[in-house]
Amino acid sequence: MSKEMVNPRNAYGETLVELGKKHSNLVVLDADLSKSTKTIMFAKKYPERFFEMGIAEANMISAAAGLASCGKIPFVSTFAVFATGRVYDQIRMDVAYSNANVKIFATHGGISVGKDGASHQMIEDLALMRVLPNMTVFAPSDATQTKKIVQLMAETKGPMYARVGRADAPLIYKTEDLKDMKIGRGLTVKDGDDISIIACGTMVNHVLDAREKLLKDGISARIIDMHTIKPIDTDLIIKCAKETGAILTAEEHSVIGGLGSAVAEILAEKGLTCRFKRLGVNDIFCESGAPADLFEKYKLNAKHIVKTTSALLEQ
Amino acid sequence: MGNRADFYTNYFYIKKHSGVCFHLLINGWGGTLKPYDEEVIKKLDIIAVKIRRHVIEMLYRAKSGHPGGSLSAVDAIVALYFHHMNDNPKKPEDPDRDRFILSKGHAAPTLYAVLAECGYFDVKELKRLREINSILQGHPVSFHIPGVEASTGSLGHGLSFANGIALAGKADKKKYNVYVMLGDGETDEGQIWEAAAVASHYRLDNLTALLDRNFLQIDGNTEDVLRLESVYDRWSSFGWHVREIDGHDIDQILDALQMADDHKNQPTMIILNTVKGKGVSFMENNVDFHGVPPNEMEYKLAMSEFDMLLRKLEEAS
Ligand SMILES: Cc1ncc(C[n+]2csc(CCOP(=O)(O)OP(=O)(O)O)c2C)c(N)n1
Ligand SMILES: [Mg+2]
Repeated sequence: MSKEMVNPRNAYGETLVELGKKHSNLVVLDADLSKSTKTIMFAKKYPERFFEMGIAEANMISAAAGLASCGKIPFVSTFAVFATGRVYDQIRMDVAYSNANVKIFATHGGISVGKDGASHQMIEDLALMRVLPNMTVFAPSDATQTKKIVQLMAETKGPMYARVGRADAPLIYKTEDLKDMKIGRGLTVKDGDDISIIACGTMVNHVLDAREKLLKDGISARIIDMHTIKPIDTDLIIKCAKETGAILTAEEHSVIGGLGSAVAEILAEKGLTCRFKRLGVNDIFCESGAPADLFEKYKLNAKHIVKTTSALLEQ
Repeated sequence: MGNRADFYTNYFYIKKHSGVCFHLLINGWGGTLKPYDEEVIKKLDIIAVKIRRHVIEMLYRAKSGHPGGSLSAVDAIVALYFHHMNDNPKKPEDPDRDRFILSKGHAAPTLYAVLAECGYFDVKELKRLREINSILQGHPVSFHIPGVEASTGSLGHGLSFANGIALAGKADKKKYNVYVMLGDGETDEGQIWEAAAVASHYRLDNLTALLDRNFLQIDGNTEDVLRLESVYDRWSSFGWHVREIDGHDIDQILDALQMADDHKNQPTMIILNTVKGKGVSFMENNVDFHGVPPNEMEYKLAMSEFDMLLRKLEEAS
């Protein structure tokens, strides 16, 4: 079953153009990466509402907050590593604390950035953004969902962060599949009884591949697409724990502070006894390499998801 | 090299901004007091072509990376490592060494090729740039890669890091100098100007910055993206001693470095007027080659251009 490959970054650029037509107060800011983040599509269509801010991300975030204070809906884009860590205090003060209607849309998240190396592989952004009060955090899993999330971001008030990867990604959804998708409500992509695999972003595809392999071993895995990391879907996590008795989380992010941590917090606080494992980057900086090689070495591909799942179920 | 006519024009073009006239008075024209001669310049010109050749080969193999800004940076980095700096590849952690920081970390291939040719590590490693399990990461990582002083790749940090080294040198009464190369687009970053203020406040005359002024970043011309001019006036108003030279002229680079070392009480900024993609005809001034490696045809074409140039330089020497 070969799925159509679409780049979520293109979906972002196209959706911005559509939303620009609908919302005359939507503005876009970029920091010398508009060709990569695809905000260039908006820049071409609405040059008067596009602000090239140069390689100066901290300034860009605070300026976006100023724009928001005047009723604009600013979408701010750069690579995930520069959109969060580099500008953390600007986000904390001017966006989160001020509850500003700023939408940070980051591309090139995770290790699938590949050959640029660990300096550019952002594996802490979900943690950094999740810890901020007022902030909503998304990790869309394909181009269709990216489009939906960008629409939700534009049409819902408040500080928001979303990240996508660099690479093309197989399409998981058709537009109508996501008609009723809501912020903070995870999607059950496939049902199953033996384990729930809760994934976000780029990892949803990998866990779907793993699910096929697991089926051959007689393991039926439920696949949850947790597109909103914050607010997390507590009810769904509790339901999964009770119904499948085992949970594996999967994210292209450090195992510390992101989706896995969010799920663990719920399980622990609710006193749910459930076999549990976090799959992600194990508290290390990775390295340069082709994405597939990195996914093999750092144990994030379908093969390793299968291994980890089997080991967890044998416990 | 040794095109005196060009050399003169350049000198008079820049002299309005610099202490060149004074320097000419003291040292004379190409005078014996210069710590290098024509032979050195010829040698470095040949090395620079070899480094450019390495860079293109590395990027072609890696199928990713940044040709434009790597090529524009070559001549200055060659002049530093193959002639000017006091460093020893056998003792990369010598506390008295001069340091070089590549703040525009995406030009890593140039730094790696120079370090390898100087003997910091095996030239064979260059073939494995950006591969998994290679020491040569897409962007420089300190201590992981012998000779690399600072981890860079997130733009805007290097000048601050260099300030730290210069402050330590002053505190410890060391004689070493620190050199740092910045991209022109990189100086959009506010941190650069925080660092500029610190270097001038503490009179860090053991610090020399080199600005790769190629007028391009990613989204286009630096003056369209976020106006930088007047670069000269900006840095001098921050209290820096500023020189502006042809960043592909080894003679001018060596001369400016020497003057920078000699200059007291102020940090020096050497504005290197450069061409992004320098040395590969179809990459020159072409923003599309900022972060896209050559394909097979482009690779072969580039190699033939280098070979031709090398033959010419070797015949002349
Ligand atoms: C903080 C930060 N923001 C963005 C980038 C992405 N980026 C890499 S190179 C580059 C352009 C650099 O332009 P310039 O400094 O002029 O370098 P050169 O022309 O010498 O290649 C950008 C925006 C980065 N590496 N770091
Ligand atoms: Mg430049």
